[in-house]
Amino acid sequence: MPTKIEKDSVTGHTTTGHEWDGLKELNRPLPKWWLYTMYATIVWAAVWFVLYPSWPGVNGYFRGTLGYSQRDKVEADVAAVAKQRAGAMDKIAALPFDEIRKDPQLMAMAETAGRITFANNCQPCHGAGGGGNPGYPALAAGNWLWGGTLPEIQQTITYGIRSGDADARNSQMPRFGADGVLKPDEIQQVATYVATLYGKPETGKAVEAGKQIFAENCAVCHGDAGQGNREMGAPKLAARTHLYGDDLAAIVAQVTNPKMGVMPAWHTRLDTATIKSLAIYVHSLGGGE
Amino acid sequence: MSDLAIGGVMPVAHAPARTAVVYNEAVVRKFTIAAMFWAVVAFLVGVVIAAQLAWPQLNLGLSFTNFGRLRPVHTSAAIFAFGGSALFGTSLYVVQRTCRARLFGGEALANFLFWGYQFFIVMAALSYVMGFSQGQEYAEPEWHLDLWLTVVWVLYAVVFIGTLLKREEPHIYVANWFYLAFILTVAILHLGNNVALPVSIYTAKSYNFASGVQNAMIQWWYGHNAVGFFLTAGFLGMMYYFIPKAAGRPVYSYRLSIVHFWSLIFMYMWAGPHHLHWTALPDWTQTLGMAFSVMLWMPSWGGMINGIMTLSGAWDKLRTDPGLRFSVTAVGFYGMSTFEGPVMSIRDVNSLSHYTDWGIGHVHSGALGWVAFISFGAIYYLVPVLWKRERLYSTRLVSWHYWVATLGIVFYITSMWVAGIMQGLMWRAYDQFGFLQYSFAESVNAVHPYYVIRLIGGVFFLSGALIMVYNLIQTVRSPSTARREALPAGVAVAGE
Repeated sequence: MPTKIEKDSVTGHTTTGHEWDGLKELNRPLPKWWLYTMYATIVWAAVWFVLYPSWPGVNGYFRGTLGYSQRDKVEADVAAVAKQRAGAMDKIAALPFDEIRKDPQLMAMAETAGRITFANNCQPCHGAGGGGNPGYPALAAGNWLWGGTLPEIQQTITYGIRSGDADARNSQMPRFGADGVLKPDEIQQVATYVATLYGKPETGKAVEAGKQIFAENCAVCHGDAGQGNREMGAPKLAARTHLYGDDLAAIVAQVTNPKMGVMPAWHTRLDTATIKSLAIYVHSLGGGE
Repeated sequence: MSDLAIGGVMPVAHAPARTAVVYNEAVVRKFTIAAMFWAVVAFLVGVVIAAQLAWPQLNLGLSFTNFGRLRPVHTSAAIFAFGGSALFGTSLYVVQRTCRARLFGGEALANFLFWGYQFFIVMAALSYVMGFSQGQEYAEPEWHLDLWLTVVWVLYAVVFIGTLLKREEPHIYVANWFYLAFILTVAILHLGNNVALPVSIYTAKSYNFASGVQNAMIQWWYGHNAVGFFLTAGFLGMMYYFIPKAAGRPVYSYRLSIVHFWSLIFMYMWAGPHHLHWTALPDWTQTLGMAFSVMLWMPSWGGMINGIMTLSGAWDKLRTDPGLRFSVTAVGFYGMSTFEGPVMSIRDVNSLSHYTDWGIGHVHSGALGWVAFISFGAIYYLVPVLWKRERLYSTRLVSWHYWVATLGIVFYITSMWVAGIMQGLMWRAYDQFGFLQYSFAESVNAVHPYYVIRLIGGVFFLSGALIMVYNLIQTVRSPSTARREALPAGVAVAGE
């Protein structure tokens, strides 16, 4: 019920005759370009509906005339990449490390595959370039827990450490403090002794007592001189690179209630060729044996 | 600003023969103050989390200062606290003015809307910081807060629709259509996406009735329509009142407003699946979402045309009224985002843009450029009207705010475009052997400079808002230029 239709002097159009709090509207047709562009998008959508999977029905959905399927598309993409890699990666999977190392082309492939696999999978814990982080061994340092030859690295990556895999590398350090094997002052003494192994020279009664405790409790795994034992993944203590820190408090904590890290078994996610490439890359970081 | 004085002091100056209506402006004032308060909170938390992304040490190692908990505080403060308070305030103002009717339900109900909604916001923010979340984006509050919001929202609908029903005007103004679409649809979205079973009546933990891809689809039906109806329809309602009002011009085309209104609300409902391209969502659902997103382009632009072209014959006001400059620039950003959106919804573009910072840039050109700017324009208009001041304390400061904030947006969105496209290209790059060329960590490293630029943009935007707060406080503190109405309006009121 228009009440007062006016002519707008600026545009020449009339108003609709309504007014709200002083607001009015012009009675103006739809802009043509706007309307035709909207029609064009509707036509575009209709064409899309015909070409691609679109409307659902009672028994499934309309598949579209192009036979488009995202699953097929991604499988084709994956297959294309696999094909591109196939020749060299098949050789890497089949040949022993010695043979691979003699072939510069295979080595270039392995280092490329190893680098990106490491950066996307290993680097979050072991750090860029294998620099290590507290609790995560430095791979470039040469201070290996379970061995630094290519086959040893391959095995560690494949089955992991304390990963729950049947072939995982497993070992356990006793909870000397938490289970009451050693008293707190004894732990203090042995920790003082351990610190001397990597260059914190201290003498006196505590060190002597600690040496005795070490010989009785620790040497069986960590070695008489703290040189470590790779058979059971016992870390070398006579080195600056300690997994959980090398100050006295850290050693006391580790003897009292040890932290023991877990590394996943990667064979569930990476194929043999990729794991071998990864071993070659890790080996090349500076600590390879 | 003469138009301001007419609109504010003598609401019925154009129709002196009719009885004067005393509007409930107290609740609008409260929501206006809340909107500015939450704006500063939202921008400040945004700056904090932008800094955390650039320098992760700023997470401080504390659970309650962690990015994961502060991020929903930022998004909820921006959308629901700032945007929501601005929508509540302006809708309750506009519906009274354009219906020539005092708010339905009386003073107490209006006050309940205000305090009930603020209570929801504060409780939601506290719950995020303490680690409670449904884990659904923009729908993080747990079931007990959802129930509370439902009560507040239903009463909001009652007040708004009640006021429409008792209107003195024969027709319902276009702004109210948009506000009503916003109120009704948000109610449906909220109920649809929060159907959850609490673990027990005593715990703030629940499980959604849907799981897997069904849950994802419902979530993005909600999420995209929160953009469509909260952040688009609601603020178009704001635009349809404040731009013609400040420009003193009739709306460009009534017919366009009808056609773009109905096409917009019809198309939006279908567009959600474009958030789930290349996922477990079936191909056909993705196609529908993409096609409707493209068809949404012109319906969205109808609002832009009606907003900008309403200025024809009054372009000179952009020079003299910097508040209007905010509103018009907002419509420009709205047009840009609503073109960018359909482009990004196309499956093959999305394969590059999705999961990258391009998406972050896109939402911020909408959130900062459109939502915040249109609200700033409305608030700059409203404050002198609501507090009966002839004009703002300083239009110069409004200009400063405008340029500082605009520069901030430009820094923000350009840095995120570059960062996002770079991420997308790095993630899909293969070397000559068929291996990924870049690790994810390398892409994180590569965007660091752009994260710093984004932070600078955020600081600019926050600074602008602080200038605005100062300007508004000074406006309210300046001497009144009109006889104040009897407040609170417990006196006999015409129209009730």
